[in-house]
Amino acid sequence: MSEARPARPGLYYPKLPATWWLRRPGYVRFMLREVTSVFVAIFVVELLVIVHKIGQGPQAYADMVAKLQSPGCIVFHVIALAFVLYHTITWFQATGVVQVVRVGDRQVPPALVVAGNYVAWVVASLFILYWLLVRS
Amino acid sequence: MTEETITLEVTRYRPGHDREPRTESFSVPYRKDWVVLDALNHIKDRVDGSLTYRWSCRMGVCGSCGMMVNGVPKLTCSAFLRDYHPGPIRVEPLANFPVIRDLVVALDDFLEKLRRVKPWLIRETEKPVAEGEYRQTPAQLDAYKQFSMCINCMLCYAACPVYGLAPAFVGPAAIALAYRYNLDSRDEGYRVREPILSDSVGVWECTFVGECSVVCPKGVDPAAAIQRSKVAGAKDWAMSVLMPWGGRK
Repeated sequence: MSEARPARPGLYYPKLPATWWLRRPGYVRFMLREVTSVFVAIFVVELLVIVHKIGQGPQAYADMVAKLQSPGCIVFHVIALAFVLYHTITWFQATGVVQVVRVGDRQVPPALVVAGNYVAWVVASLFILYWLLVRS
Repeated sequence: MTEETITLEVTRYRPGHDREPRTESFSVPYRKDWVVLDALNHIKDRVDGSLTYRWSCRMGVCGSCGMMVNGVPKLTCSAFLRDYHPGPIRVEPLANFPVIRDLVVALDDFLEKLRRVKPWLIRETEKPVAEGEYRQTPAQLDAYKQFSMCINCMLCYAACPVYGLAPAFVGPAAIALAYRYNLDSRDEGYRVREPILSDSVGVWECTFVGECSVVCPKGVDPAAAIQRSKVAGAKDWAMSVLMPWGGRK
């Protein structure tokens, strides 16, 4: 943890106000990115509850599905989807910065690393769609 | 014809006299080829000689004239008045640093952190001068070159809310320089710098806001250096767990 800096007499020590994150658009985007994790966590818990209900039998699962169809739940899921998409996109963007991919002596351009994520996303989504629509 | 002017709202702070900084407005000639530093020099030369600020090269190399211009960390020698027309232009000392006087901030904390990361070539054994220089291929130079462009202007610290909230954080420029030497094929100091970077106030304090890289006037990407150092540190830790008797490089 960060310890306090010993103060020198005569100097003015500025303090960041609680609203510091409103000072720059980049700070707001950062805070939004951090908030997305709350929605991701809530959705994961919900998914676990659904799996638990399936384990309890068809009636428990049907009751759960009925609850999820309430207007409040639908509004939450629309908001959660927006945040999860934002979370995903910012994560993909981050890989371009964080992951240095080399082929021989040359570094793969970060844009290509990011593009690779989107390709994997589309392939995974198409596979799941195929599995849901064609196989079942 | 009356000369067009632009207003500068400048932060003033007199130690031992003011309890906290205040703002003073100055009207200066508006010239399209003037930068904010020219306007400050005009104030100091013609209006108020007590205005205090740092500057030196006036060409974006020395890194002395960093200030907040309209809330954004900038080198005032490359912030043109025309980009802020019609004004007013707010000029404040670099954010997150203690203020000594007017627009001058204390450098001690940054300089201590810079020394702490040992930003120089560390060799396990120096080879004799007679054996010649340590040679490097263009690819080896490319690996660290962008991180070596840092001019220690501290704009990245002024843009970093983590440093503002937790001043013990080693911070963007110092970590970027440590990373620059870790990447250098001539350097053997990774093990010496690793405990400093892996410390709780090292790379793990960073939450990847990313504004340090946005404000850097030299195109350095300190956010990338920090995140990549996290990856290197995590890999290092995993190897030490998986192979405690020799997995560490």
